[in-house]
Amino acid sequence: MTILNAVVQGIFLGGFYAVLACGLSIMFGVMRIINLAHGDIAVLGAYVVFVIVQSTGMSPFVAFIVALPVMIVLGYALQLTILERSLKSGILTPLLATFGLSIVIQNLLLIRFSPDVRSLGGDAGGVTTSSWQVASGLSVSALGIVILVVAVVVFGALHLFLSRTRAGWMMRATAEDAEAAELVGINSRGVYARATALAVAIAALGGLFLAIRSVFDPLSGPTQLIFAFEAVVIGGMGRLWGTLLGGLALGVAQTVGAQINPEYSVLTGHLLFLAVLIVRYGGGRLSFRVAR
Amino acid sequence: MTLLRVEDLDCRYGLLQAVRGVSFEVAQGETVALIGANGAGKSTLLRAIAGAHKPHHGRVSFDAADITRVPAHRRVSLGIALVPEGRRLFPSLTVEENLRVAAVRRGRWNVQSVLEVFPLLQPRRHMAAANLSGGEQQAVAIGRALMSNPRLLLLDEVSLGLAPIVVDAVYRSLAGIISEGTTVLLVEQDLTRALKVAGRVICMLEGRIVLEGEAASLDRDRVVSAYFGLKRPA
Repeated sequence: MTILNAVVQGIFLGGFYAVLACGLSIMFGVMRIINLAHGDIAVLGAYVVFVIVQSTGMSPFVAFIVALPVMIVLGYALQLTILERSLKSGILTPLLATFGLSIVIQNLLLIRFSPDVRSLGGDAGGVTTSSWQVASGLSVSALGIVILVVAVVVFGALHLFLSRTRAGWMMRATAEDAEAAELVGINSRGVYARATALAVAIAALGGLFLAIRSVFDPLSGPTQLIFAFEAVVIGGMGRLWGTLLGGLALGVAQTVGAQINPEYSVLTGHLLFLAVLIVRYGGGRLSFRVAR
Repeated sequence: MTLLRVEDLDCRYGLLQAVRGVSFEVAQGETVALIGANGAGKSTLLRAIAGAHKPHHGRVSFDAADITRVPAHRRVSLGIALVPEGRRLFPSLTVEENLRVAAVRRGRWNVQSVLEVFPLLQPRRHMAAANLSGGEQQAVAIGRALMSNPRLLLLDEVSLGLAPIVVDAVYRSLAGIISEGTTVLLVEQDLTRALKVAGRVICMLEGRIVLEGEAASLDRDRVVSAYFGLKRPA
């Protein structure tokens, strides 16, 4: 039963990783940018929610709705100011630019909020503490269910957006061939800005879940980035549903590892990531494919 | 009435100059063929008119307005559509999605009317573009350009890589489109076909226009020598 419990808890944890990874996957899928500031943007989102909760006393979930427009505007601005310029000068520049952005965000957060560790768990109400005993040795927490359900809804909504709406087709068309998209009347700059805004908004949702389910501080970003990145790679770069599955696989690997020895939790996640890399790109094919 | 005016256009790829001081006009309703050997600058010229290539020097005007600095997607909404070399479909999108994503301007052309002109696409409608044959892909590429209801249709080597029987079918459909009054500027390697479909022919050599005239009045030998640069006009 303990191993079953570990798998179940891993799936819930994986829902969280999938939300964290979603924006990273979108930005890679649409623009071929690996956003090294993704984790810090999630933490920034957590702080924006934190500020709103502190000053108004509202529930973090409501505060997130208030924070959402702020994050969307931030996403647009990020694309139109930093990423768009960096994209013009090759494949390495966006990496460097977002790496720099990561440092800037961390230090701005340090200046404004000090290195104190914070959590929104206490402000979120009963959802953080309720759980149900399903069987002996197997219990599920309300928060775990909420996060997993939200993760599935987010990925499902994105899937519908990309497959059913004209705006979604425009995003896929631009991702596949930006110049051809321009030639059929699609404003690729606008599509890129929308994709980044979407990614930043979903990153903030990941930040909200981080803040509620555990603790965060100004330097929490890089750890979140690593988990998100692993989820994206395990699921297959640029594949949306793969990212959800990758998040779940990473979560299960970590909780099962922790079951063996609590120290192995993060390690087993990394091992799964490495195993996927070797299986998929092994035999001398481990190389980076540069855009066409 | 002049629809497209190109003045003293220079296009470069780094140090390579692909188009050198090209000037010409296309009148409303005309069908003009751009001919010339590989590397003559035809495709670059079309791309510059569509906005996909930023010219180094010169001016492109459409409907009396200077559009040299207008981005490609805005030119589509003005009424310029390019069927690019190599078709460039969106592989994961279905035929219908490839068409509908390009519906920028309303008019005579919609999914229904495009499928009527290219009936071979009807059964492929919900199939991903990646899984189509070359001829079907070319039909989608032309249909996709038509979806923006262009006033000026630019066609870059639509017969490239297609079986002769498919090329015939594509040109039959084009004849229908041309007869409806759409202005067409097309790049074609096949001289006979170019002379047959176009009212006027512009021949390029090494980035310059070396011969220009009514298709009916041009004698084939002159075109051939201009094409290969055998007797360079002074």
